[in-house]
Amino acid sequence: MQSLTNRSKQVERKPMTLWEKMYVPAIAKGMSITFGHMFKKKPTVNYPEKQRPFSPVFRGLHVLNRDEEGRERCTACGLCALACPAEAITMEAAERLPGEENLYREEKYAAKYEINMLRCIFCGLCEEACPKDAVYLSETFAPANYNRTTFIYRKEDLLIPDPKTQPAEYAKAKGNKL
Amino acid sequence: MSATQVLFWFLSVLAIFSAIMMVASKNPIHSVLWLIIVFFAISGHYVLLNAQFLAIVNLIVYAGAIMVLFLFVIMLMNLNADTEPQKNKWLKMAGVIAGGALLLVFVAALKNADLKNQLVQTNSGEIGLINNLGLSLFHDYVVPFEVSSVLFLSAMVGAVVIAKKND
Amino acid sequence: MLLSIDWIFIIEKCILIAVIIGISLVVAMYETWAERKVAAIMQDRRGPNRAGVFGILQPMADGLKLFMKEEIIPNLSNRFLFVLGPGLAMLTAMMTSAVVPWSSHLDIKGRMVSLQVADINIGILYIFGVVSMGVYGIMIGGWASNNKFSLLAAVRGASQIISYELAMGLSFIALLMLTGTLSLRTIVEQQQDHLYNFIYQPLGFFIFLICAFAECNRTPFDLSEAENELNFGYHQEYSSMKLGFYLFAEYVNMFISSAVMATLFFGGYDIPFVNDISFGQQHGQNVLAILQGLSLFVKVGVFIFFFMWVRWTIPRFRYDQLMRLGWKILIPLALINMLATGFIILLRNNGWHL
Repeated sequence: MQSLTNRSKQVERKPMTLWEKMYVPAIAKGMSITFGHMFKKKPTVNYPEKQRPFSPVFRGLHVLNRDEEGRERCTACGLCALACPAEAITMEAAERLPGEENLYREEKYAAKYEINMLRCIFCGLCEEACPKDAVYLSETFAPANYNRTTFIYRKEDLLIPDPKTQPAEYAKAKGNKL
Repeated sequence: MSATQVLFWFLSVLAIFSAIMMVASKNPIHSVLWLIIVFFAISGHYVLLNAQFLAIVNLIVYAGAIMVLFLFVIMLMNLNADTEPQKNKWLKMAGVIAGGALLLVFVAALKNADLKNQLVQTNSGEIGLINNLGLSLFHDYVVPFEVSSVLFLSAMVGAVVIAKKND
Repeated sequence: MLLSIDWIFIIEKCILIAVIIGISLVVAMYETWAERKVAAIMQDRRGPNRAGVFGILQPMADGLKLFMKEEIIPNLSNRFLFVLGPGLAMLTAMMTSAVVPWSSHLDIKGRMVSLQVADINIGILYIFGVVSMGVYGIMIGGWASNNKFSLLAAVRGASQIISYELAMGLSFIALLMLTGTLSLRTIVEQQQDHLYNFIYQPLGFFIFLICAFAECNRTPFDLSEAENELNFGYHQEYSSMKLGFYLFAEYVNMFISSAVMATLFFGGYDIPFVNDISFGQQHGQNVLAILQGLSLFVKVGVFIFFFMWVRWTIPRFRYDQLMRLGWKILIPLALINMLATGFIILLRNNGWHL
């Protein structure tokens, strides 16, 4: 059989020489290898204290974005729910009443917006589907929890903080992506 | 009563009690464990007689090696109180008579021995120390010693022969 | 005169025993920590570092966990023997420390307090006797669990220990012919004036080292704990602190056998490159004794590290390989070593000088 790579080695079954039979040199060699590893750099990162930078294409928890004036961008068009391969997104639309112009940017908004983070596969298709630039995937993890219902994120959990009243939190939630 | 005498009586009672329990207990594993306690008590006696070498060798050889092999056999054959066969009544009688005869021989042999004066020769005997023991073994009794080693060698050869029989 | 005993002597020995047992337990605790740390750094990991600085409180957390766990005694097991097993393992592990000379002696208000529980003139044989008792903890525990795997593991472990005891004894004998005494303190004192016994008996030391690994049931000889063959080994049915006792006994054994190896072959409490007696006259006996104890502990620490280093390097033997190594290689080697040593001693006694 032709080998796929050139790295295959033929197994040799010839009897061992006396030197090999003593095993002690082989053991010493192994011990020196493990001893050498004591001084190698450790790849482990002490996680909560030290965090590795996210890659530019990292897709974490969803965030519902606001515009510069702090109004929700989402119009509850449903394209994200349609695009979602895991069917993790549900929403209910509502009409903007007079006097709510400072809350919602368009005439229609999402009264209810839920993402089931247990179903979500973090593919980012919702982000691509959104015509209003309202949903995108941030640079945070979904935290662990004891209760499955806590993984259904409601709109209050997903909404980004208001850039006007809480600019620091807004910048943190926004991350470096946008 | 000095401390050594207290120890002597304690060890004696322990040895005899454990020996009786060894014979009397139904479970063979328990018998072995009682026998080990007997060996410990006897080793204690050796120490009281200042025969430390004998004491420790008694422990190493009997309690450490031979009893472990006993345990091996009993554990692997899974002997316990249920599987012990009911013995014949005549066999029991024969056992009692044989044991009684042995006791009689011991009593007769030791009756006239002058033991009263050296009942507990504690901490005074020098013969059990390893130096004296080695000297007498390799000077006075060197021929019996070597003969016994030949005996051991033949036993080993015999064991190998039996183990290799099937080949 | 009822029980005329030197009470100060008794109290002194009791305190010494308590201190030694305490130290052994603390050392064993930190051996578990060190084992994990050594394993980690040899595998380029970090190891326990959450409980306290460098994870220094990890052993406490582990011990607490073991104490809090449910204690299970199998229904069909032999209850008494089941409880006796771990106790015996711990007892025999502890008993060896009685004859190891931890340091020379302290000078407390004119009274010379020897830092050795019992300087008996059969010290080495005593160690042997206790080691051979160590089999019982394993065997009784394994049998009383009423579990086939435990029993198999126990039989394996016991036969391994008995087999390696022979080679160990033979490697001892060569050393004994050299030193001419069985007392551990005398052996240490001889090494203070001369070179360490390791120089004279390299092969004997090597055989002793291998046998010490086997006696402690350490990798590569941990056949009685081969998970992939025997589930978990002889302590499979044990839980809670009874399991802890078995695991602890292994670490205590490791500590004590390191101490014995340091004593027999590496000068014991002798401080290397220093003339101990003149040092003692300069700085006082107590300072000397403490430094000597520390010196022994450094040597022991090196050996313990070596135990761990080997554990995380060499894989486990197959059982037939283990027996072949013990009976066909180590025992003949030890016999050759013994005969060669005897031959050289005979030559030297008859006026032949190297």
